[in-house]
Amino acid sequence: MSSAIESLVNKEYAYGFVTDVESDTIGRGLNEDVVRLISSKKNEPAFMLEWRLKAYRRWLTMKEPHWGNLHYEPIDYQNIIYYSAPKSVKPLQSLDEVDPELLRAYEKLGISLNEQKKLSGVALDAIFDSVSVGTTMKEELSRHGIVFCSFGEAVQSHPDLIERYLGTVVPHSDNFYAALNAAVFSDGSFCYIPKGVKCPMELSTYFRINSADTGQFERTLIVADEGASVSYLEGCTAPRRDTNQLHAAVVELIALDNASIKYSTVQNWYAGDKNGVGGIYNFVTKRGKCAGVNSKISWTQVETGSAITWKYPSVILQGDNSTGEFYSVAVVNNHQQADTGTKMIHIGKNTKSNIVSKGISAGHGSNSYRGQVKILPRATNARNYTQCDSMLIGNECGAHTFPYIEVQNNTATLEHEASTSKIGEDQIFYCKQRGLSAEHAVSMIVSGFCREVFQNLPMEFAVEAQQLLGITLEGSVG
Amino acid sequence: MLEIKNLHANIGDKEILKGIDLSVQAGEIHAVMGPNGSGKSTLAQVLAGHPAYEVTEGTVMYDGRNLLEMDPEVRAQEGIFLAFQYPIEIPGVTNAYFLRSAYNEIRKAKGMPELDPLEFLDLMEEKTKIVEMDQAMMNRSVNTGFSGGEKKRNEILQMAVLEPRLAILDETDSGLDIDALKVVSNGVNALRRPDNATIVVTHYQRLLNYIVPDQVHVLAQGRIVKSGGKELALELEERGYDWIPGAAA
Repeated sequence: MSSAIESLVNKEYAYGFVTDVESDTIGRGLNEDVVRLISSKKNEPAFMLEWRLKAYRRWLTMKEPHWGNLHYEPIDYQNIIYYSAPKSVKPLQSLDEVDPELLRAYEKLGISLNEQKKLSGVALDAIFDSVSVGTTMKEELSRHGIVFCSFGEAVQSHPDLIERYLGTVVPHSDNFYAALNAAVFSDGSFCYIPKGVKCPMELSTYFRINSADTGQFERTLIVADEGASVSYLEGCTAPRRDTNQLHAAVVELIALDNASIKYSTVQNWYAGDKNGVGGIYNFVTKRGKCAGVNSKISWTQVETGSAITWKYPSVILQGDNSTGEFYSVAVVNNHQQADTGTKMIHIGKNTKSNIVSKGISAGHGSNSYRGQVKILPRATNARNYTQCDSMLIGNECGAHTFPYIEVQNNTATLEHEASTSKIGEDQIFYCKQRGLSAEHAVSMIVSGFCREVFQNLPMEFAVEAQQLLGITLEGSVG
Repeated sequence: MLEIKNLHANIGDKEILKGIDLSVQAGEIHAVMGPNGSGKSTLAQVLAGHPAYEVTEGTVMYDGRNLLEMDPEVRAQEGIFLAFQYPIEIPGVTNAYFLRSAYNEIRKAKGMPELDPLEFLDLMEEKTKIVEMDQAMMNRSVNTGFSGGEKKRNEILQMAVLEPRLAILDETDSGLDIDALKVVSNGVNALRRPDNATIVVTHYQRLLNYIVPDQVHVLAQGRIVKSGGKELALELEERGYDWIPGAAA
C-alpha cells in the first residue's frame, strides 16, 4: 500500500493527561474483605452487601471467557486495585463544593460541570475513578420527579428502587465480568423516569479513569416507568499509561409499558500506543429489557478507544410489540482489537429488532462483529433486520463477522445483509482529483460509511463522533 | 498551456509511455486516439497524478510550472480535471456534499469565499440543466448504483461545476447510447471557452462528430505516431490504425 494509506491513524491521544489529586486507595487484590470494605465505604444497606458477596462467591467459581476473537496476556486479578476515590469527594450539597482540581480535569476534557457554562439541555453525572464527583441540573430534573444521581447516592436515597431493579436484567451470576462488577462496583449512574414523564433533557454520564493500576467497575441502572422516555449519553476517557487497565462495567436498562430508552455511547478509552503497549481492557455487559408492551430500547455506540473491547449491548424483547435497536460504529487502529455486537432476544409477539453494525479496521487492528438473533417459540411475527458492514483501510488489518441466528417460531422474518469494502487508492485518488486532501477524502468516505449510525446519535454527539473518527484514523492514509 | 516533452511512464516494471510529445494551447480541443493498450488512459492518469504510475523521464509544464511536482489535489485546484473512464462509487456521501466540498476546496485554493449549502443549491440548479440531469440525483450517494450513462453524465456535471482550465475526458463516450452521447457532448461544448482547453481520449470517431477537435493524435505503443486535423479521425474510422507507420501491432 502506498504511503497514502499508511499515515492517517497516528495522532496523539488528546485525553492522556493525569490529574494530581489525593486519593483514598485500598490495597491491591481481591478477597471477601475487600468486597466488605467497599460496601462499608459506601455505607450500604445489608441487601447490597449480601448481593455483592453472592456475586463474589459465584465469580470465584467462574472462568474468564475466551470465546472472543481477542488475544491478550492473562489478567492478574490480584494485582488490580479495586477501589480508588479522590479524597476530596464527600457528600456534596452543591457543585460549588467540588474540588477545583477535579473541575479543571473535566474542563480539560471539554466538559464543564459549572452549571452556568453548561450546554443547556444536558444533565451530567461525572464519574472520576471509582466515584461520582457531581451531577448537574438535579433541581430541574427533580421538578419532573426524575431521579438522576450517582449509584451510591441512589442506594442511600432510593433503596427501594435499587432493591427492586438491580440485577433484574444482568443478574449477579450473568457472566465472569458481570459477576466481578457486581462484587466490587463502586459507583455509577442511576436514573428513574416516573410514569408518563418525557425527560426534558439529555442525561449524560462521563467516566474518567485517573489512578494507575485501578480497575474501573461502574454500574448504570436506568428505569423508564410506564409511558416514560429518556435519552442517555455516555462518554469516557483515561490517561495514557503503558500498563493495561481493566474496565468492567455493567449497564442495565428497563423499559416498562410504552416506555422508551435511547442509550448512546462514545467510547474513547486510551487505546494503547501505536505498538500496542498499554490501553484499556474494556469488558462490558450492557443489556436492556423491554419489559412492557410497546416499549423500545435503542443502543447507539461509537467505539473508537480501548486496547480490547468485548461488548454486546443487547435487548430482551419481552413485552409484546416491543422494539430493540442497535446501531454501532467500531473503529480499530494500530493494535486495537474489538469483538463487539449485540443480542436480540425475541420473547413477545410482534417484536421487532434492527441491527446496523459498521466496523472499520486500520493499521494492525482486528475488528469482529458478533451478533445473536434469537426468536423464542412464543414470539409470533417477530422481525429482525441485520446489516453488517466492514471497511478495511490498509493491508494489515482484519474484519470478521460471527452471526448467530436461532429461530423457534416459523412466523418470524429475518434478514441479514453483510458487506466488506476497502478504502482503495482509487477512491482516494478520485477525491484528490476533485481537489480534496487525502485526510478530507478518508474522513468523507468513512463518514459516508457510518452515516446510518450517526443519524441515530443526538446532534451534539454526532458532531463529536464524526470528529473523533477523523482523529482516530488520522495518519492511516497519507 | 500544456507542454509535454519526451514523457515516459511505468506501471510497476512495465513501461507504458515511451516518449510522448504534445502541446496544447488555450481554447483548443485535442483528440487522442489509438488502439487498445496504446497508453491513452495511462496518459490521462499520469496528467492527473495517479500514484500507481511512475514518471521515469521527460517533463510536463502546465502554465509554465512543473506539473509533475504537484500533488493530485493541487493539480485539481490549479484547474486540471479528469473525467474518469470508470467513475468511482462513494457510498453514503451524497453527490451534493461531495461536489460542494470539492467546489469549496478549489475556491479556497483560489482565495475565494466558500459557498454555503443554499448558495450551492442555486448553482446546482443551473448546472444540472447543462447535462439534463434530475436534481434528485444530487441527493444520491456519489455514483453508487448509477447506470453507466448516469455516471458519465455525473462526471460532466462535476466538470461543469468545477470549471477546469484543462479538462481530460477519458473514454467518456464508452457505454453511452446515442442520446446520452449527445447530452454529454453538448455539455462539453457548452463549457468551451477561449481560456480553457480539452483533451478527449477516445476509441471511436463518433464522439468527434459532436465534439469537434482542433487536432487529432494517434497514440500507439506509448508514442504519438501521427497528428493531424479533424479529418484524420475520419480517415482512422475508415482505414483503422494499421496503415500508420509505428502503429502496427
